[in-house]
Amino acid sequence: MVEKGVKVFGMWASPMAIRVEWALRLKGVAYEYVDEDLANKSDALLRHNPVTKKVPVLVHDGEPIAESTIIVEYIDEVWKDGYPIMPSDPYERAQARFWAKYADEKCIAAIYPVFTSTGEAQAKVVHEAQQCLKTLEKALEGKKFFGGGDFGYLDVIVGWYAHWLPIIEEVCGAKVVTDEELPVLKAWYDRILAVDVVKETLPPRDKLLALNKARREQLLSA
Amino acid sequence: MSSEKQETAAVRVLGRWPSPFVIRVLVALRLKGVLYELVEEPMGNRSELLLASNPVHKKIPVLLHHGKAVSESLIIVQYVDEVWASQGPAILPSDPYARATERFWGQYVDDKLPSAIRVLRGKVAGDKDEAAAQVAAALQHLEEACVQCGQGKDYFGGDSIGYLDIALGSHVGWVRAVERMARVSLLDAAKLPSLAAWADRFCAHPGVADVMPDTDRFVEFSVKNDGVLKAN
Repeated sequence: MVEKGVKVFGMWASPMAIRVEWALRLKGVAYEYVDEDLANKSDALLRHNPVTKKVPVLVHDGEPIAESTIIVEYIDEVWKDGYPIMPSDPYERAQARFWAKYADEKCIAAIYPVFTSTGEAQAKVVHEAQQCLKTLEKALEGKKFFGGGDFGYLDVIVGWYAHWLPIIEEVCGAKVVTDEELPVLKAWYDRILAVDVVKETLPPRDKLLALNKARREQLLSA
Repeated sequence: MSSEKQETAAVRVLGRWPSPFVIRVLVALRLKGVLYELVEEPMGNRSELLLASNPVHKKIPVLLHHGKAVSESLIIVQYVDEVWASQGPAILPSDPYARATERFWGQYVDDKLPSAIRVLRGKVAGDKDEAAAQVAAALQHLEEACVQCGQGKDYFGGDSIGYLDIALGSHVGWVRAVERMARVSLLDAAKLPSLAAWADRFCAHPGVADVMPDTDRFVEFSVKNDGVLKAN
């Protein structure tokens, strides 16, 4: 018996999972959200994603898809008459995919050490994270969103910065995205936070702050 | 004899033959019947053109289409599929679920194989046993995917080679080379019957055979360039 409908297996504090929610909401697609305890993954999650066992997973009429960037493109293709997420021009699509890969491979790797370091070591990795983000920022220059005039694919992929990075900065006592170093990215934050689908889904700030504080303490004491 | 005003080919690929990432792009272009110029990047010394075309990563392959640069091999393959949609077979299938499945496995291939192969070739230091185990585990998953995606047909893409065939197939040259150099069995026909048979078909495909040489040449290249002595 095929289970009809759309389910999202995610975790409330996961920026990767929120991408999927944003994409579905842009298309006006109703979905059931299953919040996973990552320390105690459900049988359903492990059955739907036995290969990487990670969230998010989208289950559409019983068929699972994993990897958030791939899920977002899937959503755009299935509900193709809805809000356009990917650019229509092949060259622009290639650019959007390029920067999404850059953000997920390089920027996350550059930001993580900020979270796990202190003092002088932290100052060094903050600088490196800024260099990485400055490269990404070039794709935003002169535009309202990475997608141009409208919230698009790359905004869905990196929009999480606007809510998560200031919290991470507060937890670590570091300043990464500043008006001096990354003015274009910083200015984009407000536009992201004003987008309806973003406003509807952001996890509560105090809860996210508390979680990250606890994580950092754990990592530093290990 | 070269004319003073040289005409630049509309489609150029910056690359070098042993790179599986470059091979992907060449196979995609050949499938689509697109004429291209391969601009060989010299070993060890990045050209001005590469630095200008891919300033972020400074890596091959780069596709230059009427001078506009596209980087990252699987992104280039999708670009080729989209620009030349009206000619040649479709590289990605039309069904969104099938597309997502092939993209998932394509990403999986790149997460698991290249780093392990670099260790097995001796290009990078590392635990060879661990690397071999990583490749074997990944190929086991891909064997299952081969059965599911292909549904009894010749390729992951069905009757013709597609995105995942290209993503995984491009690594077969090096997989076979490291099997010989590191003396491990990876594409084991007994353990991975579907995948082993598929690998032979892929390598023999007309779009592939001219751009992915025999295992011997990969081994030769590695012995000459990877800096670590390999007994045979």
